Amino acid sequence: MKIAVCIKRVPDSETRVRIASDGKSIDEAGVKFILNPYDEFAVEEALRRKEKAGGGEVVVIALGPAAAQETIRTALAMGADRGVLLQADRLPADGLEAAKTLATELKTGVFDLILFGKMAIDDYNHQVGPMVAELLDLPCVTTVAHLEIEGKKGTAEREIEGGVEVVEFPLPAVLTTDKGLNEPRYPALKGIMAAKKKPLVSKPVSLDTGGIEVLGLVPPPERQAGKIVGEGAAAVGELVRLLREEAKVL
Amino acid sequence: MSGVLAVLEQRDGALRKVSHEVVTGARRLADALGSGTVDALVVAGGTVRGTDAVGGFGADKVITLTNPAFGSYAPEGYARAIAERVKAGGYRAVVFAASATGKDLAPRVAARLGRPLAQDVTDLAVEDGAVIALRPVYAGKALLKVKVAGSPAVLSLRPNVFTPVRRPKSGTVETAPVEGAAGRVVVKEIKAAPAGTLDVAEAPIVVSGGRGLKEPANFKVLEELAAAFGGRAAVGASRAVVDAGWRPHADQVGQTGKTVSPTLYIAVGVSGAIQHLAGMRTSKVIVAINKDKDAPIFKVADYGVVGDLFEVVPKLTEEIKKLHG
Repeated sequence: MKIAVCIKRVPDSETRVRIASDGKSIDEAGVKFILNPYDEFAVEEALRRKEKAGGGEVVVIALGPAAAQETIRTALAMGADRGVLLQADRLPADGLEAAKTLATELKTGVFDLILFGKMAIDDYNHQVGPMVAELLDLPCVTTVAHLEIEGKKGTAEREIEGGVEVVEFPLPAVLTTDKGLNEPRYPALKGIMAAKKKPLVSKPVSLDTGGIEVLGLVPPPERQAGKIVGEGAAAVGELVRLLREEAKVL
Repeated sequence: MSGVLAVLEQRDGALRKVSHEVVTGARRLADALGSGTVDALVVAGGTVRGTDAVGGFGADKVITLTNPAFGSYAPEGYARAIAERVKAGGYRAVVFAASATGKDLAPRVAARLGRPLAQDVTDLAVEDGAVIALRPVYAGKALLKVKVAGSPAVLSLRPNVFTPVRRPKSGTVETAPVEGAAGRVVVKEIKAAPAGTLDVAEAPIVVSGGRGLKEPANFKVLEELAAAFGGRAAVGASRAVVDAGWRPHADQVGQTGKTVSPTLYIAVGVSGAIQHLAGMRTSKVIVAINKDKDAPIFKVADYGVVGDLFEVVPKLTEEIKKLHG
């Protein structure tokens, strides 16, 4: 089974966001970058599928700056076979431009599955996977939390409001992965050493800016710290009164 | 290039409530663009209950596109039908809900149209004729203001943000058959959550629990409080308790879970890690119940009660029951 996994280098989820002096991006000084957490589920799933099939190849593809080589090495240390960096210093805010660049690269290979995390935790674009599927005219299921594959047929479960959708699709397909699909493995020391020797090619790409222009990045409105109503069960009467009469939410 | 198209959602032949928010957002955008008209579109297997009410939220025309293959969500079939309608209608903007279905469908339609997509928008404006959208990024730790160039602008709106506004005017309703197959991706079944269960992302009230609950069985205390609100509340959870396997991921609020904006958010035994705060800070009113008076959650809470949750929450449940009783 041949599987491509598209991954992204993103700031750690514990990062305190500071706005850069351009007022349009974050200040990256001192920020730790990680493999996008939703992409870890995609890498893990690819490795499990390959192991189950008893052979094949897992190729990780990242679109990003030279430093994303480190992110690719993380996936290689987990067990992926080789990496491709589509090197671009700045990514446009328009996810369709990222999708076009990835689709062009993906067309050069033949894959049974193309996996993405359901979204990146930095830009929250939540769109590149299904856009790539449309551009490649492949079937696509997003936010997959459970997956079964028999031959060329797959069954996926995805969470919807108030339930779970059970979806059938044929392979080859594009899937985006949600938390709950699997427990991603930690790279072992042996894997980390092996990853250093695995093939990783960098290809410079140039992306159009697309149709989304960033006007500004601003901190969210500060919430005023409220009041401590009181201590223990004795405070509940006053809390309910405040929620009814002051906040008017009951 | 004139009107705005609002894409509505149905399940089992009934319009989903989030559709009212989509029409409200589309109406606001149409008024700001000065273009006026809002068409609302729903794709379904047959007639859809609730479409006649949509005019009351600002739609001039409600169109139900019917096809026996489109009873359940069919991503490819729906995307094709909607994209064709957008092309034929020459719309200035297309507005989806950023629901589970909308977030799946909007990128497909945008890619088919070759148009950029602003997903999960929390505010809209028009400046010099251009559509301006505000979207939370970094899990709400920052807001990105973007200009969506060209036409149509494709957007999805975060649930619970565009409060439905009723209008005196009511629109026309029409039904038209649409050609096309469901496509290669087929929804076989929907395993429904227990009746009456609301999703944390859509519930007007969320009662969330963290490590302070001590063990999974104790979430019963929160379930009872949620039930006291009479079907308007959902139970959420912090990352710590989801990672520990106490609660399903679907209930997780925070950066690797859901971002919620309910009218009332009650955080119980939740310390308030930065990634959790990011997921709920846009709630309208926040109540924190925690035994540690220095817990960071009190810094964002409008009202705090310091104390043992196993005493405070049952008392609160009792008081809420009285109000609703």
